Amino acid sequence: MDEANNSVGEVAPQRAHFDTPITLAGGVVLPAFDLVYETYGELNAARSNAVLVCHALSGNHHVAGRHADNPNNIGWWDNLVGPGKPLDTRKFFVVGVNNLGGCYGSTGPVSANPATGKPWGADFPVVIVEDWVATQARLADRLGIEAWAAVVGGSLGGMQAVQWTLEYPERIRHALVIAAAPKLTAQNIAFNEVARQAILTDPDFHGGHYHEHGVVPARGLRLARMLGHITYLSDDQMAEKFGRKLRQRALNFGYDVDFEIESYLRYQGDKFAGYFDANTYLITTKALDYFDPARDYDGNLAAALARARAGFLVVSFSTDWRFAPERSREIVYGLVHNGLPVSYAEIESMAGHDSFLLDDPHYHAVLRAYFEGIKT
Amino acid sequence: MTNVLGRFDFDVIAKWIKPGEKVLDLGCGDGSLLRYLRDEKGVLGYGVDNDADNVLACIRNGVNVIQINLEAGLCGFEDGFFDHVVMSLSLQTVRHTEQLLAEMLRVGREAVVSFPNFGQRSHREAIAQGRMPVSKTLPYQWYNSPNVRFFTMADFEALCAGRGIVLRERLGFDGEATVTEDLNLNASIAVYRLGRAA
Repeated sequence: MDEANNSVGEVAPQRAHFDTPITLAGGVVLPAFDLVYETYGELNAARSNAVLVCHALSGNHHVAGRHADNPNNIGWWDNLVGPGKPLDTRKFFVVGVNNLGGCYGSTGPVSANPATGKPWGADFPVVIVEDWVATQARLADRLGIEAWAAVVGGSLGGMQAVQWTLEYPERIRHALVIAAAPKLTAQNIAFNEVARQAILTDPDFHGGHYHEHGVVPARGLRLARMLGHITYLSDDQMAEKFGRKLRQRALNFGYDVDFEIESYLRYQGDKFAGYFDANTYLITTKALDYFDPARDYDGNLAAALARARAGFLVVSFSTDWRFAPERSREIVYGLVHNGLPVSYAEIESMAGHDSFLLDDPHYHAVLRAYFEGIKT
Repeated sequence: MTNVLGRFDFDVIAKWIKPGEKVLDLGCGDGSLLRYLRDEKGVLGYGVDNDADNVLACIRNGVNVIQINLEAGLCGFEDGFFDHVVMSLSLQTVRHTEQLLAEMLRVGREAVVSFPNFGQRSHREAIAQGRMPVSKTLPYQWYNSPNVRFFTMADFEALCAGRGIVLRERLGFDGEATVTEDLNLNASIAVYRLGRAA
């Protein structure tokens, strides 16, 4: 523990193996699977202070603190989780998990397929939000957590928090749903499809079995990430951060980098292609596209949310056009019409969808206030 | 603005609300009224406010709050979902008064509104002397007031009459004292319970 800067300090991932078969939403049966996770803080005697942090598209189990072998690898939501931070590890036992189908150690396309001994690759089944929640529930069982004090997530992570309240209403007391949506719009799906096409049409994709060819579809992954980054930022913020600033002093009348924004996107794309798995990216975008709890209720979100018993905090950001505030409000009204406890804050922020990862003082004050109100 | 009247305002409003009702409080401030109604009446309450600090204060108070701009209406709420829609001392701060009143009575069975009465004697005297009124209930100068609509009880009642809004009950107050005679002249604060014409 590193109290000086409110960090949870050095942390180490753990692995849980599950050998009770699980039938996935798509019909495939996984005979066994592993989940990699981290925990911060202490589970209290009543086991009533556990909080699950769900990750978004490219996140993982490493939510807070740093790894001994790589001190620069700080958890992706370290500004939120720690002693004295809004999600205070002196009060709560916090769990971060890499979702099934991920590429950070949990069973996924890069794991060995027991049937062949080779990586699953594209043969790994498509998993969706319901599958993640079901497997997270197995982890909760393993950790002796009957009910979460809260499940919190941003973006796709927020969708998992919503799904928890529907799939296991008696196992979650609070859901913090941040920068999320009750389902994707056609525009959202369109962006995901372009990203998938970039990967699927990369000559190095090899039908998803690129590992067998000793390559990765880096070009496709890079393009997918570049496109993603455009949608995570707001127009205003891009203008402020990059504007039309040039990399060098003059235009180069060629196709190399002229503008700073081009350099930024290329850098982000290259970085991502160096560590993320293309099949995991495909799966995760499908999970996003398929999420729609109202689908079985003729599109009536309030009817879909009727099963929920949790209290909710819903948060959106003014310049988030990927999952705009209106989408969060749909969730809020659906909850109100079920008479469920819900508060909704719309945070003024320039940073677009990515705002949920930043530490805007008002945003963090809202989260802190909500977490402080949760009884353990 | 709820705290201008403190608990006394709450007591009046609370009398009109039955235990267990669903209540929407527009311009809910720090959520004090809803907390009071929850603790005293077991009300299922939701506040609406568009001020970031008020939203945070409500969350700290453990009160449900929804951050939306009232000028955009209440279109997200279903018809008749609430038993009462309350607007305590905020009606004069919204521009679309007429539409908002209609919206309150769309989503609620009844509306409860209170507002500073521009027609009160001291306000009339200020105008007669050529100055805009500044008083305990209208504490602002003309150039820094959050109020955008200035109206008397008589004005308000004329609007209601013309829009099929029924006055179920009305009370006038001067300070904490109940006013019984010529409310439009003597009351600095008006409180109404409103319904839809059958």
